[in-house]
Amino acid sequence: MKQKIVKQKVDKVLESYPAAVFKNRKEHIVVKSGETQEPQPITANTRTVPGIITNRGCCYAGCKGVVVGPLRDALIITHGPIGCGYYSWGTRRHKGKSTGDEKNFLNYSFNTDLQEGDIVFGGEKKLRQAITEAVEIFQPETVMICSTCPVGLIGDDINAVAAWAQKEFGIKVLAFSCEGYKGVSQSGGHHIANNGLIRHIIGTGDAVVGKYAVNILGEYNIGGDGWEVERILKKIGYDIVSVMTGNGSVRQLSSAHKATLNVIQCHRSINYIGEMMNTKYGQDWIKVNFIGVKSMMKSLRDMAAYFGDQDLIDRTEQVIAEELSDISGAMEHYREICKGKTAALFVGGSRAHHYQMLLQDIGVETVLAGYEFGHRDDYEGREVIPTIKEDGDSKNIESIEVEADPKHYRVFLTPERVEELKDKISLNYYEGMMKKMADGSVVVDDLNHFETEEFMKVLKPDILCSGIKDKYVAHKQGIFSKQLHSYDYSGPYAGFKGAVNFARDIAMGLTTPSWKFATPPWKTEPMLEGSVVGG
Amino acid sequence: MLDYTPKEYSKREALNINPAKTCQPVGAMYAALGIHKCLPHSHGSQGCCSFHRMFLTRNFRDPVMASTSSFTEGGAVFGGGSNLKTAIKNVFSIYNPDMIAIHTTCLSETIGDDIPTYIMSSQIPEGKIVIHANTPSYQGSHITGFSNMVKGMIKYLAVNSKTPNGKLNVIPGFVNPGDMREIKRLMKEMGIAFTMLPDTSNVLDAPMTGKFEMYPKGGTKVQEIIDAGNSTATLALGSFASADGAFELEKKCKVPAKVLKTPIGVKATDEFLMTLSKLTGNAVPEEIEDERGQLVDIMVDCHYHYHGKKVAIFGDPDLCIALTEFVISLGMIPKYVVTGTPGEAFEREINAMFAEAGIDGKVKALGDLFTLHQWMKEEAVDLLMGGTHGKYIARAEDVPFVRIGFPILDRSVHSYMPIVGYKGAMRIIEMISNALLDRQDRDCADEDMELIM
Repeated sequence: MKQKIVKQKVDKVLESYPAAVFKNRKEHIVVKSGETQEPQPITANTRTVPGIITNRGCCYAGCKGVVVGPLRDALIITHGPIGCGYYSWGTRRHKGKSTGDEKNFLNYSFNTDLQEGDIVFGGEKKLRQAITEAVEIFQPETVMICSTCPVGLIGDDINAVAAWAQKEFGIKVLAFSCEGYKGVSQSGGHHIANNGLIRHIIGTGDAVVGKYAVNILGEYNIGGDGWEVERILKKIGYDIVSVMTGNGSVRQLSSAHKATLNVIQCHRSINYIGEMMNTKYGQDWIKVNFIGVKSMMKSLRDMAAYFGDQDLIDRTEQVIAEELSDISGAMEHYREICKGKTAALFVGGSRAHHYQMLLQDIGVETVLAGYEFGHRDDYEGREVIPTIKEDGDSKNIESIEVEADPKHYRVFLTPERVEELKDKISLNYYEGMMKKMADGSVVVDDLNHFETEEFMKVLKPDILCSGIKDKYVAHKQGIFSKQLHSYDYSGPYAGFKGAVNFARDIAMGLTTPSWKFATPPWKTEPMLEGSVVGG
Repeated sequence: MLDYTPKEYSKREALNINPAKTCQPVGAMYAALGIHKCLPHSHGSQGCCSFHRMFLTRNFRDPVMASTSSFTEGGAVFGGGSNLKTAIKNVFSIYNPDMIAIHTTCLSETIGDDIPTYIMSSQIPEGKIVIHANTPSYQGSHITGFSNMVKGMIKYLAVNSKTPNGKLNVIPGFVNPGDMREIKRLMKEMGIAFTMLPDTSNVLDAPMTGKFEMYPKGGTKVQEIIDAGNSTATLALGSFASADGAFELEKKCKVPAKVLKTPIGVKATDEFLMTLSKLTGNAVPEEIEDERGQLVDIMVDCHYHYHGKKVAIFGDPDLCIALTEFVISLGMIPKYVVTGTPGEAFEREINAMFAEAGIDGKVKALGDLFTLHQWMKEEAVDLLMGGTHGKYIARAEDVPFVRIGFPILDRSVHSYMPIVGYKGAMRIIEMISNALLDRQDRDCADEDMELIM
């Protein structure tokens, strides 16, 4: 019922588009129906219409900015003109701390700063020289090269340069051809980065791992999220072999194949590695969500169920009980302030899903949610993957095939256990964002500025959870906006204690006295005195 | 913090470490935002536009609107003509600006997209305007991009219609909206009619009203840019960001160009006001003379807070030049001056100041913060001044830090508060004094804690 009313409002917004844009955009917007059991397909991971004010970034941003950027011991050289390396320097809050003799380059930005002559005559010579200088000054164990737009166009062979440098300096050198124009969003860059890590790093180490050994995939330690998750997992008794890639390191990552289970936080950016490790090393993956109290509990229980040891299951319950008792008073306090409010979420390829759960914990309903660079499976669930038509843009991103590694392939679960678990936990499966959304909620892929502004007017959410480009647009409209990329420099928001931080910040944004001053008093109070002076 | 930066300086030919500049398009986008009802358009991959909007939004904490051609691999191979034509059509019908200001990117420049031809074959609604500037990211810096976009506006729009308007044009350079406001205030107090081009005040420091305005009330009007060809003269404030635009106007419309420093500090502000006075015959009013008197009063009264202190300055060339001059007039020693923007003229100008003041200092154009840090390790300074990225060095070397210039991402309100003019100079002194005195308070022994300083 609600679906029909909302659909009318949404359709009215879209009507003002020119015909071609209307035709394109209507496929990217779904109003969730609570009545039908029929699938509601959405179009995603296709080109943004030129001229549209999109929030999307590029392939380089997905590769360097998101996936490889957080690796603290990799010296990453941005090969191109200065801008790309400059903008991705220290701007994403993927915190990292090194110990012992491991180096941490997170506060540095390394660039070839290509000039016109390099564009005309080629940049390989400069890249070689830049690597030589970097090695001389910093003695890194790993160098990564990330290409920007012109590099692919002028035909620099960065793979050849990487091979040369690897031989010349006896260190690991990886080349990522993540030119900005590849693919349709950051997503292509995630895939390219995933390919590089599985090809050249994972499987090269030989760390000894403990019982309950896991990798955390797609956790970028924004605002210290990963540290909070690690704290809890270690308290339960897990051995965290590697984190991909927040506070991660090449050293750790090289032994990721030794873990028993992969847990995937951000499905979109790292599911390729999850799948490839499953094929190559036999490791299962499960989709977790460490954002939100209830979803955190479920994720911990799923992990314990996977290993199936009673000790671990008991310990999990004990830790959950302890953590809950620490936070329940504060959560209840903030819930009282926030409950009954509504939110619109436009972020990433996973967070628009994850944060719905945390908002539910504090009584906030999600009226609109969308991904910037998600694919259909992130919305509808992995079962749609076989039906997704490959287009020219996705074909341009290499999809690599891996085979079982005879030395390291092993299977943890017996077929009986698989059978036993398959209805309890999401084994090698992600259900997507849309299934559990309420009747009448709006799902928008690649939400753009026009739609943000108009949907805010018709859906009237109290909170817009998006990024910096939308934040002040919302504030000017009198709607509180919370950045879910950078957390407005707060956090952590993951886990139990993180949930309290988030609840506190949302309550703070909703109740700051500043909102009350938006209208000057002379606009609302009568300013003329009743009697005429001196008359 | 920055633990692997060695004290020993080694010459680098290829590797830029911790840049002190960014690329042309963001400067072009900033300039275009200073035109009323103009939508900047980035002709390249959508990542460029996203990065630039993000950077500007973080600095100003205000909405930054701009569109993109959203190149994919096909566009990169076959040229961006169809993307641009589609974009122009969509922008006018969805966002309805009066003007689109296109800037290029390294992608569209490398493939050689011919923007004027694309514009000519685009559907542009009656009364609407499309202009462009070439802003290849592999030349110059964001300052070059700002300069190129200003030049582009003049090239496309300014006309000498032989009807002198008695106004002065002023190109403020890549400064904050608060600075543009202050420059306008000084000119108004002088009783001068003028056109400021571009003008981001009331665009990137727009008030909270409860309503989002896609095109806020600020910005230079297109009609004013057209009419700039009839002005008496053009003042270019800052040779790197503003001179080319002024010379273009001189070439195209015979409006004489006068290049001055950005009016930061007492000398540069004196020079600005004297030039205004000479050009118009209007005297400097008493109110402004009083402000100058207040500034000099502060300079004399507080000189012991900063006199003789060594300072390292980095940032955009026009800011660095004027700021170096100002700190010298405060009796400070600008030991190191670094800009990321290329230009021999920069080094010449700073070296001339060093020579005149008898300062043994180092200067570098096309430099980076790694070099500056190494210099600071070699011989320490008492104060670091520059944009937010300096905070890593300030922490590593435990040196007081004044945030000034672009970008400032970790503090707020700076974009509203001028650093130009006499008022701005007072604010710079306040920032310098506070940073140095806070440090003294932090480091001194209990028995040395001074109540009055």
